Amino acid sequence: MTRFSFEVRDVSVQRGGRTLLTDFQLMVNPGEVVHLVGPNGCGKTSLMRVMAGLVAPSAGTILWCDEPLPLASTVFHQNMAWLGHHAGLKADLTLRENIEFDNALRRSHPKARLDEVLNGLGVSHRADVPARGLSAGQRRRLALARVLLSDARLWLLDEPFTNLDSDGQAYVRDLIAQHAMAGGSCVFAAHQDIAIDDVELRRLEWAA
Amino acid sequence: MKGAPRLLEQAAEPILRPVDTFRTVLGRELTLAYRRPADFLNPLFFFLVVTSLFPVAISPLKETLMLIGPGVLWIAVLLSALLPLSTHYGQDFDDGTLEQYLLSGQSLVAICIAKTVALWLVAGLPLVLASLVVASSYGLGPTVFGTLSITLAAGSYALCALGAVAAALTVGMQRASALIALLVLPLMVPVLIFGTQAVSLEATNMVSKGPMYLALAVTVLAATLCPFATAAALRISME
Repeated sequence: MTRFSFEVRDVSVQRGGRTLLTDFQLMVNPGEVVHLVGPNGCGKTSLMRVMAGLVAPSAGTILWCDEPLPLASTVFHQNMAWLGHHAGLKADLTLRENIEFDNALRRSHPKARLDEVLNGLGVSHRADVPARGLSAGQRRRLALARVLLSDARLWLLDEPFTNLDSDGQAYVRDLIAQHAMAGGSCVFAAHQDIAIDDVELRRLEWAA
Repeated sequence: MKGAPRLLEQAAEPILRPVDTFRTVLGRELTLAYRRPADFLNPLFFFLVVTSLFPVAISPLKETLMLIGPGVLWIAVLLSALLPLSTHYGQDFDDGTLEQYLLSGQSLVAICIAKTVALWLVAGLPLVLASLVVASSYGLGPTVFGTLSITLAAGSYALCALGAVAAALTVGMQRASALIALLVLPLMVPVLIFGTQAVSLEATNMVSKGPMYLALAVTVLAATLCPFATAAALRISME
């Protein structure tokens, strides 16, 4: 993987007119995994959305490869995969159709990998049924499949372990570890304490 | 553009041309509409019911119907085409698709144009075709069909384009439909005036080209500018 850097510089985050965070600094290098920990309502999701470029920060800059990012940056967004609270699935399309649409839009990933990833996530037997029949956990797995198939260097995952059973959580931890060892990096927000084998986790905790 | 080549080398995937983005999104929207036929059947049945209420309420006399016909058809088309607007971006917002669009790295304007075209094909075009059937029951002969279908096609597209802006602005709001109607209908007045005028002139065997061209011009304006406004509104709505 090519070298890259992702930096959050002096960023302030607001939600509903209330300032949640000021002068937040974060530097992420290839191979690093950052875990944001904090109580509900502390602004983890708002910060993640700012980092992803969905929302402009109220102050400060986000830099990709030392260049400040505008809100819509094709280069950054082609290199970043986002997992938000919503899976981004269309209930009337099958799993396969949902994923293939993402592939077409992001111009990535050969089809052969799709089955492999769906297998790994344990949803391959549901690949051709409409997504409306899926449980919350299965939807989560599918949203993760999108991240996996994206070939992105930087993963921004907001609560990736929510709704997943213990197998699913273990699988996600493995994925993050593999991604980090391949030179990718990952920033994720989660309430719970997470330990990932073979990866040094940087914990950023909100003061209560 | 300094430094751009270096950054482009790092892109994981080649960037999609806007026209490919357009095709991809249009294809998906049409597939979705095919899976949810209610999306285009609801406006269609609403249109048929509304247009059949006027003769009952006002008068079934042929002269009266011919007089009110163009206006009734136009207003019924506008109201029916408003129905699917609240879910146009609302659904994408609720299920997270909108986030994926914004973060796809593709042209958001191309995505907005594709969604508008899909909306028109699904909710506008069937109304134009249905209005020809209803027009004959209002005593408007085949001579007006050309003008009626062209102006209504243009008018419904203008409504879809303007409606997309309103839908994007109200994304994430509860019960946005009334607000969308309030935002869009006043803006539709110019197209409505020129469109009904063209049809009325044609029905009385007069030259209808002038108002028709003006209706088309207003539509072209809406169709070209609205996608940019829609894309900007979507970004604002994410805050």
